[in-house]
Amino acid sequence: MRNKLTTFNWLGLLNMLSPVIALFVVFELFVLIAPSSFATARNMEMIARQTTIVGIAALGMTLVIISGGIDLSVGSIVALSTVVIAWLLQYAGAGPLTAAIGGVAAAAFFGLLSGVLITRLKVVPFIVTLGMMLVVRGAAKGIGKEQKIDVDPAQLKWLDELLASVPADRSWMILPPGVWMMIILAIAMAALLRYTRLGRHTFAIGSNEQTARLCGVAIDRVKVLVYTLCGALGGLAGLMQFSRLTVGDPTVAVGLELNVIAAVVIGGGSLSGGEGSILGTLVGALIMTVIASGCTQRGYPNWVQEIITGAIIVIAVALDRLRHRRTA
Amino acid sequence: MAERINSQKPPSGEGVLPSCSEGVPPSDRGRDARDTVRLQMQGVSKRFGATIALEDVSIEVAAGEVLALVGENGAGKSTLMKVCSGAIKPDAGQMLLDGAPFRPNNPLEARRAGVAMIYQELSLTPHMSVQENIMLGMEPSKLGVVLWKQVRQRAIEAIKEFDNPELTPDARVSRLSVGSQQLVEIARALAIGCNVLVLDEPTSSLTQQDVERLFEIIGRLKQQGKAIIYISHFIEEVKRVADRVTVLRDGRVVGSKNVAAISSDEIVSLMVGRQVEELYPRSARHAGEVVLDIEDLAGLKNPKSASLTLRRGEVLGIAGLVGAGRTEFLRCLFGLEPVRKGRIKIGVYTGPASPHRRWMQGAGLLSEDRKEEGLALSLSVADNVTLSRLKGFGPLGLVLPGRQDKATRRWIESLDIRCRGPRQSVLSLSGGNQQKVAIARLLQHDVDVLLLDEPTRGIDVAAKALVYKLINTLATGSWHGLPAHENTAKMAVPRDGRAARPPKAILMVSSYLPELMGVCDRVAVMCRGRLGPTHRIDEVNEHELMLEATGK
Repeated sequence: MRNKLTTFNWLGLLNMLSPVIALFVVFELFVLIAPSSFATARNMEMIARQTTIVGIAALGMTLVIISGGIDLSVGSIVALSTVVIAWLLQYAGAGPLTAAIGGVAAAAFFGLLSGVLITRLKVVPFIVTLGMMLVVRGAAKGIGKEQKIDVDPAQLKWLDELLASVPADRSWMILPPGVWMMIILAIAMAALLRYTRLGRHTFAIGSNEQTARLCGVAIDRVKVLVYTLCGALGGLAGLMQFSRLTVGDPTVAVGLELNVIAAVVIGGGSLSGGEGSILGTLVGALIMTVIASGCTQRGYPNWVQEIITGAIIVIAVALDRLRHRRTA
Repeated sequence: MAERINSQKPPSGEGVLPSCSEGVPPSDRGRDARDTVRLQMQGVSKRFGATIALEDVSIEVAAGEVLALVGENGAGKSTLMKVCSGAIKPDAGQMLLDGAPFRPNNPLEARRAGVAMIYQELSLTPHMSVQENIMLGMEPSKLGVVLWKQVRQRAIEAIKEFDNPELTPDARVSRLSVGSQQLVEIARALAIGCNVLVLDEPTSSLTQQDVERLFEIIGRLKQQGKAIIYISHFIEEVKRVADRVTVLRDGRVVGSKNVAAISSDEIVSLMVGRQVEELYPRSARHAGEVVLDIEDLAGLKNPKSASLTLRRGEVLGIAGLVGAGRTEFLRCLFGLEPVRKGRIKIGVYTGPASPHRRWMQGAGLLSEDRKEEGLALSLSVADNVTLSRLKGFGPLGLVLPGRQDKATRRWIESLDIRCRGPRQSVLSLSGGNQQKVAIARLLQHDVDVLLLDEPTRGIDVAAKALVYKLINTLATGSWHGLPAHENTAKMAVPRDGRAARPPKAILMVSSYLPELMGVCDRVAVMCRGRLGPTHRIDEVNEHELMLEATGK
């Protein structure tokens, strides 16, 4: 009996770490076949930097997907955020911090709007956020008058450093500030999911909305909060995007929401709700970047990359289902 | 268990059934049908885990005969019919159809062989037309192309018998009345050539007019030599439409008679005649202050009118047939369904309120549907137990899993929930243990008014006994064996003299009369959305309650 118990715990641990193991396997695979530069610290830093935009947006998406919803407007929200930041810097004379906060606030507002529409109109999230995807994209284009907003480099100050490689004189930072921000946010979100009422209620709603209702969970309020958070995190992802490009581009990040959803799903999130983890999501995002980066360095064309990524998504979810059936 | 029936569909219309037997030609009644037996079931047994659903059941039905199958909720009627329509396989026993062995593996095979079940929840595709529905799955076709002419022709053939103006081949099923939809189901069975039809509670959601029409059609089918098995709660209906009646109780046949030779009272006696086991402990209870006061409560559809008062230290039972509106009554009360009119007073709070407020006011609901509503199956035991109140599990409003687990472990111990620990997901627990988790939520929340909807549905006898014992201790306030809620100190000595806690008030819905008789202090019967007067338990018997429930 005791023996049985200990083996089970091993399995549980293995289950929990399985996304990490998958990441390791994929990474090692590329170490084997890609040029020797793949396993260097520099390359790993680059992978981390490239993961940041999708990674931050995916934190919010994890919350939404756990609650049993989906947010298709994330790509548009990233674009809107870059445009708002650029506009504030260039035309409103705002400082970098004000501009960044403004961009995130605008993004959070549209998240809030999605949440309110979903709960008040009782329309499924897929449809509401599909509409919101177009609305937000349109708003971004409107603000930018259908063009990119270029920003005077003097206005940028620290804004272009968020995702830049760490300069030699600041090597104590190890990773760029944007990556640190993703890590800190990830820890905060994981704690929110695990240790707060909002987090537990999110799981409950996704697992069984009727039970949540029976138990007196304020379903509407939780959902609105979840979509608002998702919007805000989309805005932060937009900040990273802006830092990378230093222009407000209303046409950027088209289709990004699908990468974000893929990251959550590869990491064990279930589109029917109630399941998902922050660690899994980050690993999902990293796996996709590792594949992209590995393929590039190996010299594979873009189309091979896309086929591999597509296959990984299906395989990851199929494995996850299989694992579930065994433990159930 | 097998008796799960869509409780959203209440029986319609009052006094559907005058007692005389017009509409069905009486010519065939009482004849010896032995030579033309269509379907025979011999020694059929079936168990689900620890529950015996059917034990050595034998029935037979002849061509041109209507056999009524009656019994209380959970007596095994539906299980028996699921066996003969191929939905479940029996553990033992055999079936003969027209003298040949009949072993359907699934409902489709049974249908092809000639036995069709017309379910209560209609299994039609609402967006398609009548003719498409009738021929669904057996469309005549050539090279995969549907031959619409034939479809139409066969559909018309199947529905012409009914001569119902609403039923045209092109009508969309969703636009039809429930009664006509049922006829489409019957037509579907006829079109495939079924000779044995099983009707499961066919009148429970019909209007009076549709009931009349259905009875007329049953009469015609009889004359065509179809064998019909008719499942119903309503004795008068049975008296009117059936030739023979077979009574099931606790999964056994307890009587089988010609309808003409048995009175309604005798049928009811057969249905309920059972001795109360020593399952129900009952300590002295002392009714305290009124904690729940309801006056003329009405919901959107059900309940139509319900009034009662409930005191601390009392267990009040609500009896009635499935679909009578008892569940809706509790849900209205708890804010899960809108209240149309009436007054609710819980403790000092009046008026309708959301479930969230109800919990705050000290009321908790145990859902009848554990899997769909009562529990979040993919979540852990601890999360399910603490979901209604996540306060007090850490500083700053945090919810620390360790403290959740600690609180949960107390209930795991005292309710003997068999699980690997508070973090196991409830999905993999047995029905009885799942129910204990759902009940633990009410105890953890420490509510004063417990609304229990079918608290022992689908659980084994041991778990039932525990639930009965628990209800008794809650109602008497003798919380022996249950750890005090706030007593987190590890001391074995009670901190003050108040060892016993104030008794709770319990409102309990059950379809199982012996259980209500055993557990409750008072009982009221709900029939077609109306709650009758409350009776003291020592002033009624099961028989009277059953008669009241069946609308006599």
